[in-house]
Amino acid sequence: MLSLHHYLILSGILFSIGALGVLIRRNAIVIFMCVELMLNAVNLTFIAFSRYLGNIDGQIFVFFVMTVAAAEAAVGLALMIAFYKNRESIDVEDINLMKL
Amino acid sequence: MPEILFFSLVAGVAIISSILVVAMRNPINCALSLIMTFFCMATLYVMLDAPFMAATQVIVYAGAIMVLIVFVIMLLNMRTETSKNYVHGVLVSCIVAVLTLFVISGFLAKSPLTGATGNMTPELITKVGHTELIGQAMFTKFLLPFEVTSILLLVAIVGSVILAKRKL
Repeated sequence: MLSLHHYLILSGILFSIGALGVLIRRNAIVIFMCVELMLNAVNLTFIAFSRYLGNIDGQIFVFFVMTVAAAEAAVGLALMIAFYKNRESIDVEDINLMKL
Repeated sequence: MPEILFFSLVAGVAIISSILVVAMRNPINCALSLIMTFFCMATLYVMLDAPFMAATQVIVYAGAIMVLIVFVIMLLNMRTETSKNYVHGVLVSCIVAVLTLFVISGFLAKSPLTGATGNMTPELITKVGHTELIGQAMFTKFLLPFEVTSILLLVAIVGSVILAKRKL
């Protein structure tokens, strides 16, 4: 029988892969996608708990996570475009100075 | 038993495609693998009796957010990464990721996995409808966070316009 543990382990694995991607990749957009992956792993945890505890509050939380992810996508990508205009690159190794 | 088999299939595809997100050199390939992962997530949400969340996942994540990301990748005309990763950096990152996984499984093994229970059962979901249950909770119990969310979105709109504009 499928239990809560299955979903939580899957979610943990996906979160670790996302964390690995944030650490090893140097393209800012790919790092951003890995953050989205981590957010999704947490969403899966929320929905699995919500289902097995019979409490709908977890699914409402997933909505707020999605909203924050959407806002983060808009602002983050705008930042990357602004940075690319100045440096012609979005490699995070080039983003090591506060000044231009 | 078929449930477990189907779960293993979906989970396997999700894990493989998320590994591809990390491993692929071309950002477009990463984005496409990420869309695959999001679809697997949507499938899992359906298995967890949350069809409305699955629809939202496909529309908002696989649709809106990923279109935005792919659009920016194409706008910036990024090519495949040519620079090599440092070996020790990759090694340390792998160790950190495995440690994260260990900590998560440690919590899983130790904690009793309980919490505030509610009255949402699969029977209720099929009878009333998942969307209606979500709507009731969101517009009664979570009305204030819902309204605050709209302010967050407004801030995001204004912020992204200011950041991406050349001159105001």
